[in-house]
This record gives sequence, C-alpha cells and structure tokens, in this order.
Amino acid sequence: MSHATLEPATRQAPPARRRSRPVPEARSAAEARGSSRWVVLGVLVALGLYAVGPLWWLLVAATKNQRELYTTNGLWFAQFDLWDNLANLFTYQDGIFTRWLWNTVLYSGLGSLGLTLVALAAGYGIAKYRYRGRGLTMGLIIASFLIPGSLMIVPSFVLFVQLGLYDTIWAMILPGMFGSFSVYLAKVYAEGAVPTELMEAARIDGAGEYRMFFSMGLRLLTTAGATIFLLHFVASWNAFMWPLVFLKGVEKWPVMLGLYSWLQRGTDSTVDLTSLVLTGSLVSTIPMVVLMISMQRYWRSGVTLGSLK
Amino acid sequence: MSVRAPESRPLSRPLMSWRTAQSLKGASFTLPFLAGFTLFVIVPVLMGVRESVYTTQSSGLGFGGQTVEFAGLRNFATGLADGAFWTGMFRVLLYAIVVVPLTQALGLGLALVLDAARRRTAARFRIALLLPYMVPGIVAAMIWIYQYSPTVGPITGFFALFGLDVNFFASSMVWVSMGNLAVWSALGFTMLILYGALQSVPHEIFEAARIDGASELRIAWSIKVPFVRGSLVLTSLLSIIGTLQLFDQPVLFRAVTPETITRDFTPAMMIYDQAFQVGNLNYATALSVILAVVVGIASAIIYRFMNKEES
Repeated sequence: MSHATLEPATRQAPPARRRSRPVPEARSAAEARGSSRWVVLGVLVALGLYAVGPLWWLLVAATKNQRELYTTNGLWFAQFDLWDNLANLFTYQDGIFTRWLWNTVLYSGLGSLGLTLVALAAGYGIAKYRYRGRGLTMGLIIASFLIPGSLMIVPSFVLFVQLGLYDTIWAMILPGMFGSFSVYLAKVYAEGAVPTELMEAARIDGAGEYRMFFSMGLRLLTTAGATIFLLHFVASWNAFMWPLVFLKGVEKWPVMLGLYSWLQRGTDSTVDLTSLVLTGSLVSTIPMVVLMISMQRYWRSGVTLGSLK
Repeated sequence: MSVRAPESRPLSRPLMSWRTAQSLKGASFTLPFLAGFTLFVIVPVLMGVRESVYTTQSSGLGFGGQTVEFAGLRNFATGLADGAFWTGMFRVLLYAIVVVPLTQALGLGLALVLDAARRRTAARFRIALLLPYMVPGIVAAMIWIYQYSPTVGPITGFFALFGLDVNFFASSMVWVSMGNLAVWSALGFTMLILYGALQSVPHEIFEAARIDGASELRIAWSIKVPFVRGSLVLTSLLSIIGTLQLFDQPVLFRAVTPETITRDFTPAMMIYDQAFQVGNLNYATALSVILAVVVGIASAIIYRFMNKEES
C-alpha cells in the first residue's frame, strides 16, 4: 500500500483545488481538448442522468398520492401530497415505521460505537507494542478477510440460539463489534498517527499505558475512529440478511426489513402499500445520503484504503 | 510498517521486567477484540464445520425426539451432487462473469472521461455519479423494481413508444434487470476508486506523450489504463466475491415475481431456504462450506490470472 493512504489529510485534498490553482496549463494536463471535450461532456451527462434518474423518480413518486402514481408521468410532479404521504407513513399501524427507524438508529449507533472503541484499542495495541502473539493476531485478522459472510450466517444462528441471543437486539449489535477489517484500518492509521516519541515522552512524565491510550491515543486517532464508525454505521443501516435471519419480532426490525415486508405484502394482498414503500424508502435513504456527503473525507479514505489492502 | 523499538537508555536490570509489563499491557489492548472475535467468528466457523458432518432426523411427524447422528462427509456428497445448488451456482457465476467486467469497464471508462473533463465539471459530476452508491442496497433494488414495473415505472412505457413490449420480470429478462441494478449501484464506487488511482499518474507523462504525438485515446489506453490495473484487480475480486454470495437483490425480486425467482435461485438463497424454511441446518452448513470453498477458489483464480497479466 502506498504511504499516502496513511495520511488521510493529504490524500483528501481535492485534486480540483490543488491543480487548478496558479498555472492554466497545469489544469489542462490531463484534459481533453477540442471536439473530444464535447464527447466527454456528453458521456458525463448521459451517465449522470442514468445515475440520478431513478432517484429523481423516487423523489417525485413520494410526493404523489396512490392514484396519481399509476396515472401520471413518473418523472414529473402532479398534485403535491408529500406531507399526507409522510403522515400516512408515520401513523400506519400505530407508527411502526418510527419504531423501525429508531431500531435502525439504535443498532447502527451502539454497534458502531462499540466497534470503534474495540477496533481502535486493538489497532493501537498491534501498531504500537511488540509482544508475543502479535503476528498471530495479525494472521487471524488477515485470514478472516477471506471468510465469506454467507459462511457465517447459519453457524451463527445455531450459536445465538444456544446463547439466548436469537431474536434479541444484541444479535444485531454485538457480532458487528468485532470486525477485523476495522482493526486493520485502525492499525494502519495508528502507525501513522501516533508517534512513538510522544508515547516515550508521556511515559517519562509518568503516564500509564492505559491512561496514555485514553487521553492521548484516542485523540490522535479521531480520524480513524470517525472512518470506522461511519463505514460500520452505513453498513449496518443497510443490513438485510442478518436481521432477516436473527429477528422474528416485527417490533424489533430495522427499517430495511420493514420496507421489505411491505413490498412483499403489497404484492400479494389487496392492500396497496406502494405509496408507503416509496415514501419509506425516501425517508430511510436521506439520512444516508446526507451522512455520506457531509462525511465524504472519512469514508473515502476508508474505502480507498480497503481497496488497496 | 515497523514500529521503532523503544530506544535503549542506560537502565538498570529491574526495568527489563517493567518493559515486559509494558508490552503485556500493550497486548491487553487487543483482548476485547480477540475475545469477541473468538466468540463471534472462530466459534461459529468451528461449529459450522461440526454441524456439517452430522445429520438431524426427527422421528415420525416431527413429534418426539430428534436423533442426531454422525454423517461424515455425507452432507457434502449430497451437496456436491445437488442439482438445484449447482444450477444456482452456475447462474451466479455466469452473472458475475458478465456483470463484474461490465461494471469495471464502464467504471474505468467513466473514470477516464472524468479525468479528461475540466476539474470543476468533474467535481460536480462526481457527486451525481456517486449518489447511487450512497443509496441503501435494499432501497436501490426497490427503486429499480418499481422502474421495471409495468404499472408504476416509466421504462415499460418508454419501450412501448418504440413498439417494444418488454417484461423485465420474465425469466429471460430478469438477469438483465438485476444486472442493470448491480451496474447502477456499483458504477459510481468503481469509478471513484479508479479515478483516485488515475490522480496518482504523474502528469508530466501526458505532456511527454502529447509532444510525441500520441492521441488522447492512445494516452488513455497505453498510459492511464496500465496505471490503474492494480485497482482493477482488487475491485473485480471484491465484486466477484460479493456476487457469488448474491442474496438481497434476488430476494427482493422474489417478492414481486416468485414464479421467476425460485427459492433456490442463488446458492445463498438456497442456504437460507434449507436452514430456515426447510429446517435442515446440517445440510445448510455443508452448503455454506462448499460455497465458501468456491468463493475461495474463484478469488484465487482471478487473482492469479490478473496478476500474471500484469507481469
């Protein structure tokens, strides 16, 4: 892996600003010229429409009432009924959707918080200390990258039934807290962000190893922590198979599973839940889009690091 | 990578044990992780292996006790000869072989185009192109299911303008429908990774190539593409691993078109069905192990193949 990835601050600097600064020809170093510029723009517009089109449709559809969904042009607004749709969504079946949203926030929030602490501690330990068994730990972490998720689901089910975790919220929160990829991420960050000299200095000043981690290490690893938190938060917000297997009770479901159950019911019964599914999809997507856009610099560093591992 | 060993200062003997204590404390930072990892990863893997070599038979009509007996490799033998399982496996393999290179090629093309655009234009389009990546996978599947729907979606109507009657849920079309969904979801992400890799190409090379009279296409193909090959290998590998375990999308499609998407449509769906619908946990684990092995072999082959090409 290149060393640049270890310093998120430098790699995040948008190339746009860096290159477009003073000299005009520096900006155009890789730029297409003449007629090919229009080809470039054309391709971008076409694929941009492909990417955004369906989302635009969702946004428009969420503002329509049930009847207009079927009768009006899907790509433009009809009567604006978004508030009614939202009211229907949040009151349907005594506000079960609110419950699902809250569950999702709870599972994703607690799980990510736990994972972040566990992973930062482990990554810090592996990066900054030499001890017997360190190599073995790293070996386990790397080896576990190769275990496909679908291998884990059935045996975990057997285990969770035995432990009494089946159909409890802990089945959603606990297993995610020990992700080996996050530890790997934390280790790589800790190697770059926590200077050994600083630790030595703190030791001379009489700080204990644990105190050092909590008052110094954690602070230096804020970027790593935010990245790990964000990546897991998004992943567990979007989780589907795991809650499908481990949660029986409707009131414990996260929002994705709830929407799926509506989609399923909407097609095989007389009730048409299409409008609810669409509004629900929009409501559950917006937090993710806002989060991802506002925290771009974190997840992008994590994602690029992941692809380079 | 390496951590500098603490500099040795003139210290007396007892401090050596202080160093040992220090490294023990250091090791203890990994204890919470190792404990959880053991419980939630290692134990399930071992239990899976154990599950897979037993069979559970319920006597009579499911009343009374169940008998568990050692089956050896019988579950695996059944799995290896299970037509439905391998049909699903080849389905997913074929799908992966088409969709993953397609996504990579489109993502690469898009990254090259973005790289050739004005910086400010590129920055604007990049966000738009990344939007699908930020949409939860389940929501993405739902959006497209509705796009394909002949009653609410606009696409069927669009094709009807040309006199084409397309049923996106017919068994011949459903792969195209799901492939499009996969490309839509993954395109932005692939583009991001490759675009990132392209930014690290030293720009003097382009000037040099232009002076030598190389065309833009030639520069893209002979300079930029070889530069991002490493990223291509990795993103392909990750997508193939993901695609072989395809579950969420077909399950959602099954909600609207159960005739086309059977319950054992993909290996992961069959495992789910065996474990939680049929209730044959032993067989389901054996199938999971087989799937894991296939995923492992597939990754090894791709890795070898693509790395060899590089050297």
